[in-house]
Amino acid sequence: MKVLVGLGTCGIAAGAERTYQALVDRRAANGSSFSLAKTGCIGMCYREPIVEFRHPDGRRYQYGNVTPDKLDRLFSEHVEGGRPVGEWLLWSDDGTGSEQAYYAQQTRIVLRNCGIIDPESIEDYLAVGGYQALGQVLQQNKPDDLIAAIIQSGLRGRGGAGFSTGMKWRFTRMAKGDHKYVICNADEGDPGAFMDRSVLESDPHSVLEGMAIAAFAIGADAGYIYCRAEYPKAIERLTRAMQQAEAAGWLGQDIGKRGFSFSIRLKEGAGAFVCGEETALIASIEGKRGMPRVRPPFPAVKGLWGCPTCINNVETLANIPWIVQKGAAAFAALGTKGSKGTKVFAMAGKIQRGGLVEVPMGISIRQIVFGVCGGIKEGRKLKAVQMGGPSGGCIPFELQDTVIDYESITKTGAIMGSGGLVVMDDTTCMVDVARFFLDFTQRESCGKCTFCRVGTKRMLEILTRACEGKSREGDIERLEELAVRVKNNSLCGLGQTAPNPVLTTLKYFRSEYEAHVNNRKCPAHKCGPLLTYSITDACAGCLLCIKACSVGAITGERKRKHVLDPSKCNRCGQCYKVCNVSGAISVD
Amino acid sequence: MEAHRQFDFRNQHYVGQEGRLIPLLQKAQETDGYLTRDRILEIHRETGIPLSNIYGVATFYAQFRMTPVGKNLIRVCHGTACHVAGAKDIGEAIEETLQISNGGTTADRLFTLETVSCIGCCSLAPVIMINNDTYGNLSERQVKKVVKQVQAAGAAGKGGRA
Repeated sequence: MKVLVGLGTCGIAAGAERTYQALVDRRAANGSSFSLAKTGCIGMCYREPIVEFRHPDGRRYQYGNVTPDKLDRLFSEHVEGGRPVGEWLLWSDDGTGSEQAYYAQQTRIVLRNCGIIDPESIEDYLAVGGYQALGQVLQQNKPDDLIAAIIQSGLRGRGGAGFSTGMKWRFTRMAKGDHKYVICNADEGDPGAFMDRSVLESDPHSVLEGMAIAAFAIGADAGYIYCRAEYPKAIERLTRAMQQAEAAGWLGQDIGKRGFSFSIRLKEGAGAFVCGEETALIASIEGKRGMPRVRPPFPAVKGLWGCPTCINNVETLANIPWIVQKGAAAFAALGTKGSKGTKVFAMAGKIQRGGLVEVPMGISIRQIVFGVCGGIKEGRKLKAVQMGGPSGGCIPFELQDTVIDYESITKTGAIMGSGGLVVMDDTTCMVDVARFFLDFTQRESCGKCTFCRVGTKRMLEILTRACEGKSREGDIERLEELAVRVKNNSLCGLGQTAPNPVLTTLKYFRSEYEAHVNNRKCPAHKCGPLLTYSITDACAGCLLCIKACSVGAITGERKRKHVLDPSKCNRCGQCYKVCNVSGAISVD
Repeated sequence: MEAHRQFDFRNQHYVGQEGRLIPLLQKAQETDGYLTRDRILEIHRETGIPLSNIYGVATFYAQFRMTPVGKNLIRVCHGTACHVAGAKDIGEAIEETLQISNGGTTADRLFTLETVSCIGCCSLAPVIMINNDTYGNLSERQVKKVVKQVQAAGAAGKGGRA
């Protein structure tokens, strides 16, 4: 029996290390009746810590929320008694478990090894066929055929823009230069996206293998991984994986005795969202301020230190070994006409099952939200999903049958982006969401283009006014005009897409803007300064709100209905928060 | 100045490499806690990189700090999921408990409070990090409890569900 504990960042935050330690102690106390292993992210972040029991005959049982106190029962019933503990069982390959629906609609290519292997062990990766794809392409020694196969597979960049990966490789291969570079873009800055972190933490070798294959295809001899410093676990595991791969001869000089040399260096980002843009990323590796430059020349022609450079995203690279091994046709068989393969989504927000899901392209938003992820928390109503982070937009409830492919998503005004999908229910205020994203892009603007630097700040001011009840006449029109100008007059993706959250919410939720600006009301009851509190007849007279009110706006005696003086109220909402009687304080 | 001596960057392998400035600054900050003026001058003298360039880079990236930090760094995640889950209230609860504003350091130098864009633990929202430990699924009451625990211990404990 093998016991695996999911030790990704999510798992550790939920206490998986304590569970792991308890298992270590148990093993030391009872002799080694089972073997213990670490694994990466299993995907069901909402049920962490997750422990898997893997039987010698290959049967697998995954249990959720396994705190150390649950181990006694798991071991006595499952291990000794041979009876799985039904109430905690999430998933088993015999078809039982409460979360079968979560797995049923997923197709795992990028996440194929996540939660299966130990990310700190190259032996585990080799055992599931790791580095065979690299060995295969080196043996065939036909880089042009390899590129043709990647083009044929229809793989498109998973970082957001969706450019054909094979074409990018071909351009870089055709460009002239003594040196060529491969860069893995692991600067996952979109708030709400964490699939790259998960892949790096759970299966770092597949990314290294993908990079080596890319390097062979384009003729590069050096590579960089540009990883966010906010991901310490990913950096730690990548560093270890690089050392292991070098020791095993899969990186470094004369790989596989075929005369191909390729070395990788890890660069830590220093906290700038704009460095996810490829020319800014290159500037940052060169040790400069991470500011984008005009393209063309594209990095494929003139990139890092003036040399042809191919930049691919983590998820894109993790696809590569699978495509090489299983063939381009197998990949192209999945998905829609223009978008092939699968896409990993990081599900977060007001959703039942938040975590990582990998679904074939062409599935609808409704299927992901309700089918795979179990719908909205607390049985509330879906209002919108936000896709593509600060560059993306909000897709309203009415468009939930939109299918996931690059073109359909772009048509709604959002973008596929890196794959963060934040679900919003009816308690979310869309003006507040737009303000949140503008606050982010405004702070992260590098300052090079005037429209992005100043325009986003002015847009943020308008939105802040709206949320504070200080709107001026014509604010909505001013916001729209600015949005279009910022979009048209910025150099890089950050500025060009920064207005998307505003434009999509204006398009689909204009009435909410009008309520904020014209009526000084927040329909979702989120923007504090726009709310009016009043005490209803349900008040039990408990004095709690009187004590909580810092401005003395509420008066009354015990067991008698209290009175709120609207002229004194500063709308802080404390009375509403402390009130224990439902409906005693109403909000409008 | 003890820490200053520990970091002799002539031994750093970045020296002489292109693109060495950011790793050097990262190493300096790791050693000193923030970028001191002395250290910046030292990097300038040893590498020949113009001071204006060093300051340009150091002020561009959010990671670099020019003022000292407290013993414990609290990072409040303000990612999309955390925002929707009430990260603002969590931040305010910490501000209230420690009597500092965002970006500030307590008078006893025990805590510095920062907000970050996304820690990448969105399904545990709202999330905070104290040093390298992540705390998820927090309420205002819980976050106050966590901060007070660390305050009492004088050092950060292990991460976990508060």
